[in-house]
Amino acid sequence: MDQSDFAASRRMFLGLAAAGVAALATRAPAQAAQIKTSARIVIIGAGAGGTALVNRLVERLDGAAITIIDARAEHLYQPGLSLVAAGLKPASYTVSKTTDWLPKGISYVNEAAAGIDPLTRTVSTSGGQSIGYDYLVVAPGLVLDHGAIEGFSLDLVGTNGIGALYAGPDYAAKTWEAARKFTEEGGVALMTRPTTEMKCAGAPLKHAFLIEDIASRTVGAGKYQIHYTAPQASLFGVPIVAEKVRMLFGERGISTHMQHTLLSIEPGRKLARFEKTGVDAVTKAEVKSTVELPYDYLHVIPPQRAPDVIRQSGLSWADKWTDQGWVECDQKTMRHLRYPEIFALGDVAGVPKGKTAASVKWQVPVVEDHLVAAIQGKEGTETYNGYTSCPLITRVGRAMLVEFDYQNNLVPSFPGVIAPLEELWISWLMKEVALKATYNAMLRGKA
Amino acid sequence: MKELTFTTLIAVFEEIFGPGLFWAMVVAAVLVTAAYLYVLVRDRSMSMRKFLLAQLSMPFGAVTAVLFVQAMTSSGFRDIGGPIDLIVLLGVAVLGAVGLAVLVYTLQSLTRSSRA
Repeated sequence: MDQSDFAASRRMFLGLAAAGVAALATRAPAQAAQIKTSARIVIIGAGAGGTALVNRLVERLDGAAITIIDARAEHLYQPGLSLVAAGLKPASYTVSKTTDWLPKGISYVNEAAAGIDPLTRTVSTSGGQSIGYDYLVVAPGLVLDHGAIEGFSLDLVGTNGIGALYAGPDYAAKTWEAARKFTEEGGVALMTRPTTEMKCAGAPLKHAFLIEDIASRTVGAGKYQIHYTAPQASLFGVPIVAEKVRMLFGERGISTHMQHTLLSIEPGRKLARFEKTGVDAVTKAEVKSTVELPYDYLHVIPPQRAPDVIRQSGLSWADKWTDQGWVECDQKTMRHLRYPEIFALGDVAGVPKGKTAASVKWQVPVVEDHLVAAIQGKEGTETYNGYTSCPLITRVGRAMLVEFDYQNNLVPSFPGVIAPLEELWISWLMKEVALKATYNAMLRGKA
Repeated sequence: MKELTFTTLIAVFEEIFGPGLFWAMVVAAVLVTAAYLYVLVRDRSMSMRKFLLAQLSMPFGAVTAVLFVQAMTSSGFRDIGGPIDLIVLLGVAVLGAVGLAVLVYTLQSLTRSSRA
């Protein structure tokens, strides 16, 4: 992200161009010399992490045999899905071709990774290929476990007031069909989130804020209610942000139902069933009960887990997230704790935070550094501090640029200029204009 | 933002507009500025009559730039949330005003005779 607001004037571009040329002139020799190697590097996943890394590795290495494995031909710009599901962008805004981003001189295997054997150091693919590696980067993303919500299936999205924006560009567009009906007719909206770790924990909040804002401008106050439900006890993992969101929800009249886990839905009766966790007033014991809530619009975010190929390969944590299977790795170096030639990157990594594109942007240079150092027989020095960024949209036109690390500290990029807990137009401009551009630059290895 | 170098910035702007449009705008900006400098050098002085018209055009440039940015980003005046937003808004307005003034002055100088 950067100062997208300067985009309006040609004179600004002139200044930037001149400065850029000057900077290029002074910085040109900074790029380190390429390292000669014959190492075999396999990257599983051509999403944000895999693509950004491969573009950086080809710049750093000379002669390495790099293979990237991904079954999906489309590359998805997932930070855009929230905008698609609020009718602000078309589905096509988030879709490009995987091959458009991959560098020359590498092998691209358009198949799924079917198995990983960390002992023999081979990856097998759905097409029956067996690919040996010296270094492996696992960046396959995660899978959405829609089956875990009884009564829900993806073909319901867009009908009967059901939305599910995480499921992909087309489903995000269908989500808007259902949400738009709600913003025009009013009624009761239920927003949910899963018990598991999830991609961008801000997205469920953004969807609630956006739909509330659009409903307030369309059907108007008094004609709709928005209920935000979550299995967790707080609205956001970072306490100071959770408090701010609590205040904003209060101002906006969004009611909250904490410790409510979505179990099942009945689309015909428009009922959602939740498991509510409470504490008995007398015994102080945990008490679970079932609660039914009616809805006119329901946004479903299912539990999220590591892909089966990861969970079956023995790379997952044995004692953490056992129902989810995230890869066991050092949270500072992203390096596997038992197989030092393996790195985890992106959503699949078993680290406390960081299932966002912004985290990937910080993780990629760390993996690159340690991988290249390992090839040279050295130790890398870069570390990942858990940085995650979330342009937390609160209205069409406003957002809070929330950035934090493993310790739940706020780490603002522009301290004193862009306040992290203030709803600002400039933060919205960043999300709207500069974020995808920065993301694309990251994919090309340039940011 | 981990490190914001000018190369990153250039890469980001290339992605916003596409490399073709971005560099075309850079070239257009360079040409207009060069033409402006050319007429200043050619005429050896600022023409106050042309400058007056250029000044009169400034509010239009300012308003147009602000409305353009708002339209491009689905936002409006009600989204101004803090001091930095006001600074950005005024910055956009100033850039629009100055940009249009330079353009108007240069076009007048190029289309009319140097003694106008």
